[in-house]
Amino acid sequence: MDLYEKLLEELKRAVRILPPDVEALIMSARSREESALGRMVLDRIAENISAARSGPVPLCQDCGMFHALVRVGRSCPYSMAEIGDEITRACRDAAEEAWYRRSTVSDPVYDRVNTGDNLPVVFNWELVDGASVTADILLKGFGSENCSSVRMLRPTDGEDGVIGAVLDMVRAAGGKPCPPMFLGIGIGGTMDKAAMLSKKALVREAGSRHPDPRYAKLEETILERVNSLGIGPGGLGGCCSALSVAVETCPTHIAGLPVALSVNCWADRKAHVEVM
Amino acid sequence: MRLELPYDEEDLLAVRAGEEVLLSGILHVGRDQVHRRLCGALETGSPLPFDFRGSAIYYMGPSPAPAGHVIGAAGPTTSARMDPYSPMLLEKGLRVMVGKGPRSSAVTDAVARYHGLYLYAYGGCGALYSSCIRSSRIIAYPELGPEALLELVVEDFPTICLIDSTGGQC
Ligand code: SF4
Repeated sequence: MDLYEKLLEELKRAVRILPPDVEALIMSARSREESALGRMVLDRIAENISAARSGPVPLCQDCGMFHALVRVGRSCPYSMAEIGDEITRACRDAAEEAWYRRSTVSDPVYDRVNTGDNLPVVFNWELVDGASVTADILLKGFGSENCSSVRMLRPTDGEDGVIGAVLDMVRAAGGKPCPPMFLGIGIGGTMDKAAMLSKKALVREAGSRHPDPRYAKLEETILERVNSLGIGPGGLGGCCSALSVAVETCPTHIAGLPVALSVNCWADRKAHVEVM
Repeated sequence: MRLELPYDEEDLLAVRAGEEVLLSGILHVGRDQVHRRLCGALETGSPLPFDFRGSAIYYMGPSPAPAGHVIGAAGPTTSARMDPYSPMLLEKGLRVMVGKGPRSSAVTDAVARYHGLYLYAYGGCGALYSSCIRSSRIIAYPELGPEALLELVVEDFPTICLIDSTGGQC
């Protein structure tokens, strides 16, 4: 298995160079943004993107927390232990070799001592058909992660309830998550499952639409409504507050409608590797 | 417009909310833990690690410097976390703050009362800011690692004024 080698290279890139789908959406926002301050912010972001591409310095000093979504094929010959260890090793070595800031602390409440290697990785596992292993790693910055949250809606709240909850959360985020934002929304399951789905939504190609036309429409409606909040690039006002909204769903209980929002900043950094 | 650091307090009066301000000169860096310690020092009357007069403080914690570079990525962190401490620093003579995101009304009031400035630094633009920094050294609290108190020398460091000395906002 060459998961380690491939992922190490991907992670060394990911901290400096955005995926093409993400960069394309940022660049297209520059011609759409109506506010002068908003355009100034987008221009500086574009300058930053080229500065990071041409040297060893990361795009942003917050190189995030490693968040891995791993899809393991049912007939894949590797064990979960082997796959997990290779991913962890690739993350640790990428942090060292690509000048990541070490931002992980050992204990959340009491010690808060830096682990020194950006580990542990946050893992989410999914069993899928086939024989391959797919790893999607988000470099999850915390200015934006601090704006993520979950709401447990009533089962009868429906589409309007979902839209209202997301707009509330985005309004509360305002300029804090370094807009323009990329939004991942998880709907259904239990509280934790919805949260996990919201991360899975973030690894989907930015700007792609859900295969179910009703959810595709919901994504479009939320994007439109978020952009009419006027938050704008950097929170300085404007129409480009979010560039992408992706929804992922799963079955849930008769008594509930969990809705989770993962907010990502314009620095929507990720690595993607597939091995057979 | 350009602002040389350290500044004369009169220089700040000319800056208006919504204007781009390019900073050049000495810029101090401190975030959460530094703020806690500075306020602690002010409360106990202990000496401060730098002179507040003419100073600007930037909310930032850099990534490690690659070989041959002065500093790594060096973009702003969220200013709101410094809100509880900023009015006290303004009262004691600090006038210019640089960070990202909105401030509390207590901070806005204090900026107007002491005729200071709150400048927005472009969020997430760590590589761009790295290229505006000519030198960096730790002047206090080295044990805080990436959160230590730094003194930078910057050149044409781009910001936008969000709160000006009259309390004007954009
Ligand atoms: S929110 Fe994102 S772009 Fe902004 S400072 Fe944090 S990681 Fe960087």
